[in-house]
Amino acid sequence: MSDTVPDTPITRVRFRSATDERLWVKVVLIAVAVLGIAILVFAPLAVVFTEALAKGWQAALQALSSRDVQSAIRLTLLIAAISVPMTAIFGVAAAWFITKFDFRGKAFLITLIDLPFSISPVVAGLCFVLAFGANSAMGSWLVANGYPIVFALPGIVMATMFVTFPFVARELIPVMIEQGRSEEEAALTLGASGWRVFFTVTLPNIRWALLYGVLLCNARAMGEFGAVAVVSGKIRGQTATMPITIEMMYNEYMSVAAFSLAAVLTALALLTLLLKTVLELRYADQLAATRRH
Amino acid sequence: MHIEIDEIAKSFGTTAALHPVSLAIPSGALVALLGPSGSGKTTLLRILGGLEYPTSGRVLFDAQDATGMTVQQRRAGFMFQSYALFRHMTVFENIAYGLRARPRAQRPPRDEIARRVTKLLDLIQLPDIAARYPSQLSGGQRQRVALARALAIEPRMLLLDEPFGALDAKVRRELRHGLREIHDTTGLTTIFVTHDQEEAMELADLVVVMSMGRIEQVGRPQDIRARPATAFVREFITG
Repeated sequence: MSDTVPDTPITRVRFRSATDERLWVKVVLIAVAVLGIAILVFAPLAVVFTEALAKGWQAALQALSSRDVQSAIRLTLLIAAISVPMTAIFGVAAAWFITKFDFRGKAFLITLIDLPFSISPVVAGLCFVLAFGANSAMGSWLVANGYPIVFALPGIVMATMFVTFPFVARELIPVMIEQGRSEEEAALTLGASGWRVFFTVTLPNIRWALLYGVLLCNARAMGEFGAVAVVSGKIRGQTATMPITIEMMYNEYMSVAAFSLAAVLTALALLTLLLKTVLELRYADQLAATRRH
Repeated sequence: MHIEIDEIAKSFGTTAALHPVSLAIPSGALVALLGPSGSGKTTLLRILGGLEYPTSGRVLFDAQDATGMTVQQRRAGFMFQSYALFRHMTVFENIAYGLRARPRAQRPPRDEIARRVTKLLDLIQLPDIAARYPSQLSGGQRQRVALARALAIEPRMLLLDEPFGALDAKVRRELRHGLREIHDTTGLTTIFVTHDQEEAMELADLVVVMSMGRIEQVGRPQDIRARPATAFVREFITG
């Protein structure tokens, strides 16, 4: 029996994984992304630093050493130092309350937390001026008794907290929902008190989300312009924060000074980002271990 | 410990999770709460553990009213369905948690805690995993660590919510024997929730069949098999 196998030509099939794309598609997509980032992120960053140093280090440093600029830097750091911890505490409390308990009006509370995201900061600032300004009953009483809120530090801190409030809570709520309540319940059955459960179980489980929330919040607190511009009254050397001072100097054609201060603000933001990356690298295994198993 | 459930009812809003149910659990028994999902078995277990409060009725531990006792006072060794191990703690820290959470006066010294944790790790036959994190353990190992953690507080009873639910068939059979052994060595009154009739029948001294928030039948496995009290029970144990 002659079983002649028909000569089938061996066609070479090139298998491509279902998620793979053709080369030209990859190249185009990557090029678009790189271009986009270059135009939107790196170019402005580069401009800030080159403009700041346009007349050399000396000029930039001299601009930064002026009294008003020094006061602006101090004020911004002070505002961040007050408002960030407060926002963190309120954010943790709100997220804990929302995710660990069932109650009526929960959806409303979540909407309320998001409110600062949807309200224009300028409008928020105006609300504070109307509520606490010298023209309101409460405001005039406060001014008369020597506790001015508007055009002073308390008002700026309040406006900053209002604007940054959602950052921590928003970061924590999804994480805490995902983690559920059973670890807390387990700790309770093992005899731990409510506070002990919070500090030994809840807080360690959310620390990374909390850190991200705090970093975001810090960046926004230092950079907030709209609400603070209205509430502060932009008093040079007193209530003008870094972003406001930058704007004022820019409008007065003091471009080296404006960009020098802008560079400092940018550097602070980059520093936060660097801090986050370093922490992530340092605690990579711990991060992996605490993910949901 | 003898447990008496006296006309316990629980409703969430308008839905009744438990109609008034009564049940007496003799000291040292190994009891299965058996039923389909939504039968109220987990709710009943959580009420015993103090994680939920009943809408009406009483719970008695050794003839003493425990209805208003807090979860911490009850000292029930509770094991959760997905074990709820503390993911940021090592196995050692997980097991030691309950001892370290005690008020200073009752807290054992450090080396005593270490000694007890080691002993418990031996009991669950996993002596070498103290330094690992829960994410580095297999499902069966997690279950046993959760059991050791619950035992560490010297509980008055063991309450286990679907102790074998998250495991594959082979591990499940091995661990069933493990639980039986631990129950027999400790002599603790043990109540476990399951929807698997085979598991309940093989492991428990006493099986409580539940459906729609009611107790359908209570009895020894062989009696329930021989004389199912209702059509539901007959269907459920043969199904």
